[in-house]
Amino acid sequence: MEIESDIKKTDQDVDEALESVSSSKQLQDVKMKFLGKTGRVSELMKCMRDVVAEKKREVGQLLNELRARTEAKFNALNEKLKKKELEERYAAETIDVTMPGRKSANGAFHPNTLIKDELVSIFSGMGFEVFEGPEIENDYYNFTALNTPADHPARDMQDTFYLSRDLLLRTQTSAGQIRVMENKKPPIKILSPGKVYRSDDDATHSPMFSQMEGLVVDKGITLCDLKGMLDEFAKKVFGNDVKTRLRPSYFPFTEPSVEVDVSCFECGGKGCRLCKGTGWIEVLGAGMVNRRVLEGCGVDPDVYTGFAFGMGIERIAMLKYGINNMKLLFEGDTRFLKQFKD
Amino acid sequence: MKAPLSWLKDYVDIDVSAEQLMQKLFSCGFEVEELIEVGKDISGVVVGEVIECEPVEGTHLHVCKVDCGAHGILQICCGADNVKKGIKAPVALVGATVYATAKDHVTVEGVVTIKKGKLRGIESDGMLCSGVEIGVNGDMFEGGDYCGLLLLPQNSENGADIKPIVGLDDYIFDIAVTANRPDCQSVFGIAREVAAVLGKKVKEPDYSYSAVSGKYEDIKISDLAPEICPRYIGHYVKDVKIAPSPMWIRKRLALCGLRSINNVVDITNFVLLEMGQPMHAFDLATLGGREIVVRRARENEKIVTLDNNEFGLCPENLVICDGEKPVALAGVMGGLNSEITENTKEVLFEAAKFARDSVRKTARSLGQHTDSSALFEKGVNEYTTERAMARALNLIQRLNCGTVTDVHVDVKTEYSKTESKKMTVSAKKINDLLGITVPTEKMAEILNNLSFKVIRKGDELDLTVPDWREDIDLYPDIAEEIIRLYGYEHINGTFMPSAAITNGGYSAEQKAEIKLKRALSEKGMYEISTYSFYSPKDFDMLHIPEGDNRRNAIKILNPISEELSIMRTTLAPSVMQVIVRNLRRGNMEGRVYELAKIYLADKLPIETFPEERKILALGMWGKCDFFDLKGVTECVADVLNTKFEYVPTKKDYLHPGITATVLCDGVEVGYLGMVSPEIAQELALERPAFIAELDYEELKKHARTFRYSPLPKFPVETRDLALVCDKKITCGEIEKAVYGACKYVTDVRLFDVYEGGQVGEGKKSMAFTVTFTPNDEEITSRIDGFVKKILGNLKFNLGVELR
Repeated sequence: MEIESDIKKTDQDVDEALESVSSSKQLQDVKMKFLGKTGRVSELMKCMRDVVAEKKREVGQLLNELRARTEAKFNALNEKLKKKELEERYAAETIDVTMPGRKSANGAFHPNTLIKDELVSIFSGMGFEVFEGPEIENDYYNFTALNTPADHPARDMQDTFYLSRDLLLRTQTSAGQIRVMENKKPPIKILSPGKVYRSDDDATHSPMFSQMEGLVVDKGITLCDLKGMLDEFAKKVFGNDVKTRLRPSYFPFTEPSVEVDVSCFECGGKGCRLCKGTGWIEVLGAGMVNRRVLEGCGVDPDVYTGFAFGMGIERIAMLKYGINNMKLLFEGDTRFLKQFKD
Repeated sequence: MKAPLSWLKDYVDIDVSAEQLMQKLFSCGFEVEELIEVGKDISGVVVGEVIECEPVEGTHLHVCKVDCGAHGILQICCGADNVKKGIKAPVALVGATVYATAKDHVTVEGVVTIKKGKLRGIESDGMLCSGVEIGVNGDMFEGGDYCGLLLLPQNSENGADIKPIVGLDDYIFDIAVTANRPDCQSVFGIAREVAAVLGKKVKEPDYSYSAVSGKYEDIKISDLAPEICPRYIGHYVKDVKIAPSPMWIRKRLALCGLRSINNVVDITNFVLLEMGQPMHAFDLATLGGREIVVRRARENEKIVTLDNNEFGLCPENLVICDGEKPVALAGVMGGLNSEITENTKEVLFEAAKFARDSVRKTARSLGQHTDSSALFEKGVNEYTTERAMARALNLIQRLNCGTVTDVHVDVKTEYSKTESKKMTVSAKKINDLLGITVPTEKMAEILNNLSFKVIRKGDELDLTVPDWREDIDLYPDIAEEIIRLYGYEHINGTFMPSAAITNGGYSAEQKAEIKLKRALSEKGMYEISTYSFYSPKDFDMLHIPEGDNRRNAIKILNPISEELSIMRTTLAPSVMQVIVRNLRRGNMEGRVYELAKIYLADKLPIETFPEERKILALGMWGKCDFFDLKGVTECVADVLNTKFEYVPTKKDYLHPGITATVLCDGVEVGYLGMVSPEIAQELALERPAFIAELDYEELKKHARTFRYSPLPKFPVETRDLALVCDKKITCGEIEKAVYGACKYVTDVRLFDVYEGGQVGEGKKSMAFTVTFTPNDEEITSRIDGFVKKILGNLKFNLGVELR
């Protein structure tokens, strides 16, 4: 039986060939030699044609067994080699994980932007929309419509930069209130952040700074509602234990007008340098919208009431981050800017 | 506004401490900015009687035995020239604090604590003091200016604390008065508030006087400018005896920081402080025609004021004239020509109301600011004008410095307002505004305490507003009066229970800005905020030529300084300044951006609202190059979901070979480039710097909202093309040509540039990866055709060949 000895020889040759295999790549080559289309096993299979009919079944079975046996040998060795190779690869690729990481340098927002966004997110949750008006205003929007006619004492409270007899750099974001009320029917809840300008220049005053104005006009709005909203604001910005205090003040466009203090978040109200020993820090001005202002904007003050508040964004930033000189906010010094990675 | 506690006590029975009063005033709207304790530095000083006084031979010293009552009899060595047996003087006991003076015995050099000591070997158990040493001057206490011992009244009790005796136990409230309360710019005005907050009655100053008959026709007053002088009252006083004021007047002036001049002038100042009504006294003998004419000044009319300054006037200035010439700058300062002198025999007192605006304009334009102008600028009311005159006449009689006549000329004009204001308010409406319920009777009580006349009719209160309260307008003003005295602590937070639901947050446009800023911050850029104004010199700094459009900046009419005098028309100077500042401070690299407005007028000077245009400015310096900055502008394009094209360009302040115009959909949207070496040298920049500006308003128009498109059914194909071309051909030109040649090209990316021997002189090689994205058909088999077409186009249009 020639073919049987061939099978036996093939078995021996496979074993011999596999002994010298040391990589899965070599194994693949060897496998092709035996099990490939033109490999030894396939060639033997082709010999089936020449086998006499009565022996075909027997030889066929032997050949099939040879194929299965050979495949099993290859597979077993393949498994073993793959595993070994993977281990080698792991060893070769192992790095020193304690070496420094590669950072992609991040920039940062200006502190004013951080505060503005924080305020907007607090108030937008309460239903406030954001409105931005022009920085160059006329006398009407900045003063007259805000119940501050030409001979009004309050005009002296702010040193205004004039661009012409009528045009000026707005001294307060309150100017935006009027523009909103002229174009929108109550209910109104808006926030109006933006740059304002006053002729004032020292460590705590800058000729340009930013304000955030809030305005609510609706039916049945009370001073208690103003207080409730400011309590919420103070907690979110300065911390849960912070309380607010209202005290009388004066703004021409609100009546009653209040100054709003928050309990000192540094010392908890005991008195420290930040609050100058008083336990309270002044953060904003507010009040009930003056009837004359509502009327002037075509809102019926017998149907609607409202409140407005305005705060200096730089002031909040300076308080919150402990910045002692307002100038730093406008100088663009990178050592300063790099700290605000909020 | 300064109000001494001792003076306030004239009008109100104050039974709380100075600190408590300060708190009360604060709670009702009067912030005491400073509570000044008059004798703060002085302690342990008592009355001592010199019972023995022996000169120490060879010196100017005396050794004294001083009876200090309960503190015993002390031996004190004293160098004062007026020390003698029998006098009473302040004794600083051992441990006392007093002021140390320089050798001149006048200049205070700080506070010292008195120790037991020896002078020329003689033991001294304390110190006999001068006025200066205990902080008392001649206006505070008789003899306080003398550099020897301060002599105390003989009836002073030995050993008693000297503070009450010399007025050092006083407090001065320095109060911030809000602009709506000019009626509180006086001691009496504050006293009314003190009475209201303490729930006490206020005692009015004494306005009574008796007058002798004068000749009525003697004095003529005419008001030719009623619109700026609504009321003018003149009163004639004769037989004037100019003399020093008594101590009590001098002391009060001194506590409020005013110098005593003479009795008549002091009376006008006293009334100014007490009532808040500026007054003036003219020497009638100097008034030509014994006449007063109130009128606008003539163009270039001159006046010399009391402080010997000459001013040229204009019709905007109100002047008080006699028959011929200006004798006072109305509401600001008297004229030198009609000044009260020691020879003055007849005085015309003036109490008037001048318009706020007129006085303010005059004071500002002439730079002449006085206590009087400050009060007029805040606003005086005619009720007080009338009473102030009466008060001044009362004081004339009390001080016995003249005979008050019945010559009283009161010019009321059509601008005069003397009618009491009446109003009816609803308690319910007030409570509705406050959000709490203040009982109606409590409202009435509070208003009564504030001198309102109140008649209750159920829910309604009929009110007569006090004549001095010109700020009271509508019912919310009454609500404020009530709550500031009822107490803001009664206001409890509620959360708009009646308000409609509204939808809050940023608009889509605002969100887009934030998205852009966030992307920039994440790309390593730091946001800056610079002033909206700068100097015309900033244009010179950037070599922006004269006549250039960018120089058409809106001017601020009243700038703080030249540095901050024009509204910016480009952000480049601001960014440049930030770069310069950082490099000077040793910040050798940085990347910044600002999204802010420029201000563009159609016409200068401006007449209508100018355009406010948001610009995105970028700045980089230090370890970076043009392509780092371009990477950022590309990021901007990505955020806006659009594409930018870059075309080489030239710009005043940028390197001519390293500057590009940025185009979006063919429209110019900005530029970027390197600061020119010339400017870098002028500004001593030690590092390369780059600036870009993108017009955000224009960019916004080109932003595309992303739209999802289904994934292609067939894979994208890429081909790398190595091209050789003339050195002048730009990457952008090739990219554009490649895109133009085949509609399936979705990306053209340069990955290598080579210049050198292998490609020949004047040539360069550029290698691109071109990406083809199929729509709905298979294109793999057509790629070779596409490439052929691309190469054909490149060769035809740009002379570019495949390498």
